[in-house]
Amino acid sequence: MSVHIEFNNVTVRYGEDIALDDIDLQIQEKEVFSIVGPANSGKTTFLKCINRTIDLISSSKVDGTVSIQGEDVRRVSNVYALRRRIGMVFPLPVGLPMSIYDNVAYGPRRMGITDKQRLDELVEQCLKQSVLWDEVKDRLHMLGTKLSGGQQQRLTLARALSLEPEILCLDEFSIAIDPVTTMKIEEVLTGLKEKMTIVLVTNLTQQARRMADHVAFFNASELVEWGETEKMFENPDKEITGRYLNGDFG
Amino acid sequence: MSPVSSSNPFAAGGNEIRKQRTENIAKNVMLGAAILLIIPVLVIIGYLFYKASPVLSWNYIWDVPRDLGRQGGIWLPLIGTFYLVIVSLMLVAPVGILAGIYINEYAPNNWLTRCINMAVTSLAGVPSIVHALFGVGAFVLTLGMGASLLAAACTIAVMTIPVIVTATREALAAVPMAFREACWNMGATKWQTIRTIVLPNSISGILTGVILEISRAAGETAPILFTGAAASVAVRTATVGDKLMPYQLDDRFMALSYHLHVVAEKISGMPQEMKYGTAAVLIALIVVINSFSITLRLYLRSRKKW
Repeated sequence: MSVHIEFNNVTVRYGEDIALDDIDLQIQEKEVFSIVGPANSGKTTFLKCINRTIDLISSSKVDGTVSIQGEDVRRVSNVYALRRRIGMVFPLPVGLPMSIYDNVAYGPRRMGITDKQRLDELVEQCLKQSVLWDEVKDRLHMLGTKLSGGQQQRLTLARALSLEPEILCLDEFSIAIDPVTTMKIEEVLTGLKEKMTIVLVTNLTQQARRMADHVAFFNASELVEWGETEKMFENPDKEITGRYLNGDFG
Repeated sequence: MSPVSSSNPFAAGGNEIRKQRTENIAKNVMLGAAILLIIPVLVIIGYLFYKASPVLSWNYIWDVPRDLGRQGGIWLPLIGTFYLVIVSLMLVAPVGILAGIYINEYAPNNWLTRCINMAVTSLAGVPSIVHALFGVGAFVLTLGMGASLLAAACTIAVMTIPVIVTATREALAAVPMAFREACWNMGATKWQTIRTIVLPNSISGILTGVILEISRAAGETAPILFTGAAASVAVRTATVGDKLMPYQLDDRFMALSYHLHVVAEKISGMPQEMKYGTAAVLIALIVVINSFSITLRLYLRSRKKW
């Protein structure tokens, strides 16, 4: 195991507001790294720093370094190639206004893959990985936006997987998905760990406990502490961590 | 439970009845104001067509004006206005749409963007007669176009560009931000995102905005007054082909709005119905263009994908 993603003294501001305050942590290759914390604690900002979509928010300012495999993401010359290495799933399901097939093929096509057979295989594989294939295999040319919320969320996941990323960032992916499907996706993710590093932002602390190798607890823009899942839940350094993770907050 | 409400617990109390009455009065007053809007439209159109009815016929539309418009038809001004719309559209659409895309999709919040926005707003506030004088100075004289269809179309283009930029921005802003973010997260460039997601889902709004604005501007007299409109023109109208293409870009041309101005005020012994006929055809042309544009919008909206 080696370090895949490293945050070194990362501070993010939106205008005057601090969104992340001096974050230091390392994410190992091919692990599930979970981030938990209450709303507005900087979790989504953390993900945006990894693929540099933070740059698209004009008021943002990032200090410190985020590196992937030792390479500072700020020094990457082709930011689009960087983003293709990182799959992103945000909490609100977004079906693009095109067919289900085109939704999944969107990223690969932008990369220049045009071979029909290759795309067919890729679409099928990604929809199977996101546990959506059985529900949509007979209507791949239906509009992605006409799917239900939970189905669109799995479509979003399939899109993220379509680039065969080395890092998969999931921000509250299960918010619109029923518990049974959530469990199926969790199984798939556990399988995907063989191939990629997974950064899992979740409000379900039990999900973090089931899946994560390491857990980080964010609160009010600060990294309170992070460590091995077992230790974080059973014997955290700070009292507040234990109370939050075990659902004993307030 | 009190004895009063025990008979009918859902009966409205005095306070409730007063609130409902106020609500009804407010609604009806506003409805009345809204109905007032319809009256001028019906009166104008009805009166115009009633007064014009003696001349209105296919022959009136297809025939060329004779004796300075005292006799004959309306074809040359009608086709002139049509060409004015087409040429203006071809000039202004690319610039206005591309500028609108830049401002909505790319422009950072800096002094240049603020300058552009200020220019758009200021340009929108300039009266059309001032645009006409600018057109004379810039296109007719400085660029040497002379008073011509092209110079008039350029003037209309400058006059309409702020509205077209604004219409483009609004249409683009109606595409949810989440679509763009989803594409960026997959490593799509801004242009790829615009081309594949943003434009296909906003083009209907952009096009209808452009068409509506140009047709409105083409109904105005001021911008073409000094830049190319003529009270009468000497063009060949012998064959159908000549009639369909009577003007070159550097010709002076007849247009409905200017023709109306001329027949209504400048020519003595003008029959009343010829004045109303011109106005009726002008209104009809604008209604036709607007209906086309609105139909296009309704059709494309019915195919909206989210």
